[in-house]
Amino acid sequence: MSGAASGSGLFQSYGNPRFFCEIMNAIGPEDPTVALVRDRLRAFDEDELRRRASAAEAELYNLGITFTVYSERDSIDRILPFDLIPRILTAAEWDVVERGVVQRVTAINQFLWDIYHDQKILKDGVLPRDLVLGNSNFRPEMMGLDVPLGVYVHVNGTDIVRDDQGRFLVLEDNARTPSGVSYVIENRHMMLRVLPDLVAGLRIRGVDEYGVRLQQAMAAMAPEHVPDPQVVLLSPGIYNAAYFEHVFLAREMGVPLVEGRDLVVEDARVYMRTIAGLRPVHAIYRRLNDDFLDPDVFRPDSQLGVRGLVDAWRRGNVAIANAVGTGVADDKAIYAYMPRIIKYYLDQDPILDNVQTNICREADGLQYTLDNLETLVVKPVGESGGYGLIIGPHASKTELDAFRSKLKADPANYISQPVINLSTAPTLCEDGVQARHVDLRPFAITGQSTWVLPGGLSRVALKKGSLVVNSSQGGGSKDTWVLQS
Amino acid sequence: MHPVHEPLRRGQALLSRYAESTVWLARYMERIENLARIIDVTDTFTRTGTGENDWRSVVQINADEERFFAGRSEADVASVAEFYILDRENPNSIASLIQVARENARTLRPLISTEMWTHLNMMHKWVRGLTRSDIRPSQLSTLCTRLKQECQTHYGITEGTFYRDQGWYFYVIGKYLERGNQTTRLVDIKYHTLLPRDAEVGSQVDMSQWSAVLRSAAAYHAYRRMMPRSLAPAAVAGFLLLNNAFPRSLVLTLRQVNWALSQLRTDYGLRRGGNALERMDELRASLADQTIEEIILRGLHEFLDWVQMQLHHIHDEIAEAFWAVIPAPAEPASGTAIAASASQIIGGGGMSQTLGGMTQVIGVTNQIDPNDSTEPPEPIQT
Repeated sequence: MSGAASGSGLFQSYGNPRFFCEIMNAIGPEDPTVALVRDRLRAFDEDELRRRASAAEAELYNLGITFTVYSERDSIDRILPFDLIPRILTAAEWDVVERGVVQRVTAINQFLWDIYHDQKILKDGVLPRDLVLGNSNFRPEMMGLDVPLGVYVHVNGTDIVRDDQGRFLVLEDNARTPSGVSYVIENRHMMLRVLPDLVAGLRIRGVDEYGVRLQQAMAAMAPEHVPDPQVVLLSPGIYNAAYFEHVFLAREMGVPLVEGRDLVVEDARVYMRTIAGLRPVHAIYRRLNDDFLDPDVFRPDSQLGVRGLVDAWRRGNVAIANAVGTGVADDKAIYAYMPRIIKYYLDQDPILDNVQTNICREADGLQYTLDNLETLVVKPVGESGGYGLIIGPHASKTELDAFRSKLKADPANYISQPVINLSTAPTLCEDGVQARHVDLRPFAITGQSTWVLPGGLSRVALKKGSLVVNSSQGGGSKDTWVLQS
Repeated sequence: MHPVHEPLRRGQALLSRYAESTVWLARYMERIENLARIIDVTDTFTRTGTGENDWRSVVQINADEERFFAGRSEADVASVAEFYILDRENPNSIASLIQVARENARTLRPLISTEMWTHLNMMHKWVRGLTRSDIRPSQLSTLCTRLKQECQTHYGITEGTFYRDQGWYFYVIGKYLERGNQTTRLVDIKYHTLLPRDAEVGSQVDMSQWSAVLRSAAAYHAYRRMMPRSLAPAAVAGFLLLNNAFPRSLVLTLRQVNWALSQLRTDYGLRRGGNALERMDELRASLADQTIEEIILRGLHEFLDWVQMQLHHIHDEIAEAFWAVIPAPAEPASGTAIAASASQIIGGGGMSQTLGGMTQVIGVTNQIDPNDSTEPPEPIQT
C-alpha cells in the first residue's frame, strides 16, 4: 500500500485516513491518473467547490432528479445528495470487479434454473432443502417454466465494499428489481457540467450505453417469431419513489413507460391500450415486485399488475425481466452459500469473496458466533431493511445477552459477519473535505451474455463514522470513474 | 425500433393514457394563463375606479360562486386574488392548476422534452412558493405578468421541442379547446355585466371597460387596427368570437382543434375521432352562418351556453374515442396518506355545470409497492 501526502490544499482538513482510502491508497504502484486527479483536486479552492456543489444541487431539483414524498396535503421532492469528489477505480481494479460480477450473475442464473427445474444442487446436498424450498421468496409457480435464454436475472446489482486492505468483498446481491442505475448516469452528466476542469483530458469509461444494452437484452428474449418486438417498461406509476428512474430508463431505452392499467391480456397475449386500439407487447422490463405482478397468481388485491400476465409469459407469448422468483437467490441465507454455489455450477473459485459469513444453522458457525458476539454483526436471514439485526460492538451487555438466547432458540434464522472497516473516500462535508465510508453497486445486464456497466453507483455515508449509506439516513452518492487502461 | 426513414404514421401508437394527460396538461396551462389575464385586467379595471361588481364577475366567469361565497362574504381584490392564486383548496386556483399540470407532466415525462419538464418543474416550485405578500395590490399586476410569461415560455419550449407526432396533436386539441372555452366565458360575463343600459350607451366608462376586455385577451391593438372607428360592445364581442385571424377568437381556436383532429385522421388513420369531427363541423357551421348582430338578437348568452356545451361534448367524444376504458371498480387504497393526496388532485367532475371548468378525473392507481424504492433500504454494513 502506498501512501501520498494528503494534508494540503483542498485536503487540508483530511488528515491521514484511518481506513483504506479510495483516492490516497493504492494496492501496488499508484495509477498516474489518480495522482493527477488528486493534484487537481488539491488545487481547488474549497469555497469554489462549494459553489459548484450548490449549483449541482439546484440543478438536480430543477431537472426533477428527485423522489417525491407525498404527505396528506402536499408533496415534497427530495434529492439523493451528490458529492462532487469522484470515486475512482483503476482499470486493474475494475477488471477484478467486472469479472467477479459476471461470474456471480452467471452462477445465480444457473442456480435459479436448477432450483426451478431438477434441483440437483439440493439432491447433491450442497444446500439445505428447506433453505430454498421453505424460503418465502421461492415461487413454486415457477417450477418447470423455461425462461428464454435461461436467464432469470437480466438486471442485477451487486453491493460491494472494500476492507482495510482494499480487497473487494460482496456484501449483497440484488437480483429482483435493483435500482440506482439512473443516478450513475445522471451523476456523470452532472460531473461533466459542473466540474469540466477536473475531468478535462482524462480517459474515463463512458456510461451512456446502458439504455441501448438494456433494450438489446430485452429484445433478445422476446418471442422468437417477432421481428420487431415491442418492449415496454412496467412501472407502479408516478407515486412510486423510484418513478424518476423508471422514466429515465424508459427514455434511455426509447420504449413506452406503462402502468398495469395500460396493459391487458387477451387470449394469453399482452396488449397495451393506445389511441389506435390494442397493440401487442412482447417484452416487459418490470419495476414491480412479484407480489403485485398478476392478481390471478399473486396478491389478488393488486391494482398495479396485469391479470393473466403470468399465463401469457408461461405460454411464451411475452418475456418478463427480471423473472419471477429471483428473490430466492439474493436472500441473505442463500448469500452465505454463494461461494459454494459458484463452485458447484462453474467449478471456479469466487473472484469476489463474500464478507466472511458464519452460518448459524451449522454447528461451527453457531458456536463461533456465540463466542464472538460482541465483535460481530448478526442478521436474521428472512428480513430485509436491517430489521432484527444486532451490531455487536454497538450493543450493550444486556442486549447481547438477550440476543444470545434468541440466537440459540432459532439458529437457522441467523448469519453473522465481522464488522468490516469499510474503505473511505474524500467527501465535501461541513467542516471541509473529510473521509467518509463508501460502497459500490455495479449493474450487470444479461441477455445473450452478461455486460457490466463500467463503474456503478457509489453511495457514501455523509455522517461522520456512519456505515449507513441510504439517503433517508444521510447517504449520498458519487460519480464513479473507471479509468481506461 | 423503427428505422428513422419510416414515415411518422408508422411509428409507435400513442398510449391512451399519454393522450389524455397531454390534453389536460395543455388545458391547465392555458387555464392558468387565462386566469392571470382576467385577474390582471380586473385589477386595472377597478383601479380606473368603476364598477364594484368587477371582482365578483371573475368569480362568475369561473362559475365558482358557491365555493367562493361559502367561506367569504365579499368579492374584492384581496379575497379574489387569494382564491384564484394561492388557495390550494380551490381546484381552480393557479396553485392547484400548476400542481395538476405538473402531475400530468410527470405522467408524460417519458414523452415530453427535458426542457419542457424542467421549466414546468421550476414554474411549479415558484408558484407553490407564492405568499400573501406576492398578491398585495401593488404586486398583483407584476405577478400576473410573470404568470403569463411563464405560460408563454411553456408554449415556446413546447413549440420548439415537442416531437411532432400524435402527442403534439393532442396538445393542440387541449390547448385550443380550453382557449375557446375561456374566450366564450369572457365574452358571456363581460357582455352582460357591461351591457349598456339606456343612459350609458357610448359613454366613456363603457368604452374604457370594453377596451379593458380586449386588452385582457391581448386583442386591443388587433381590434383597433381592424375596426379603427368603433368600440361598440357588439363589435367587440364579434371580434372575440368570430374574427378568423385573432389567435384567441373562438372561430380560430375551433379551426385549430379541427385541424389537429383531421391530422390524426389523415396522417395516422385514426378514424375514431369521427364523432368529434362531426360535432366540430356542426359548431363551426353555425358560427359561419351568423353575424354577431344575429347572434345577439337571438340571445348571446343562450348561444354561448350552447357553444360551451358543444365544446364539452367534443372533449367527451375525443375522450370516448381515444382513451375511454371501462374503469375497474375502485378499491380502497392501501396507503392512506397517498389516497388523501390523490383525492386532492382528482377534484370534482365539473361536467354538469355549463360554465364550470372541466376537471380531469384521474384514475390514478396509488397502491404502493413497498419494496421498490429509489434505493435499497440497506445500510452498508447490515
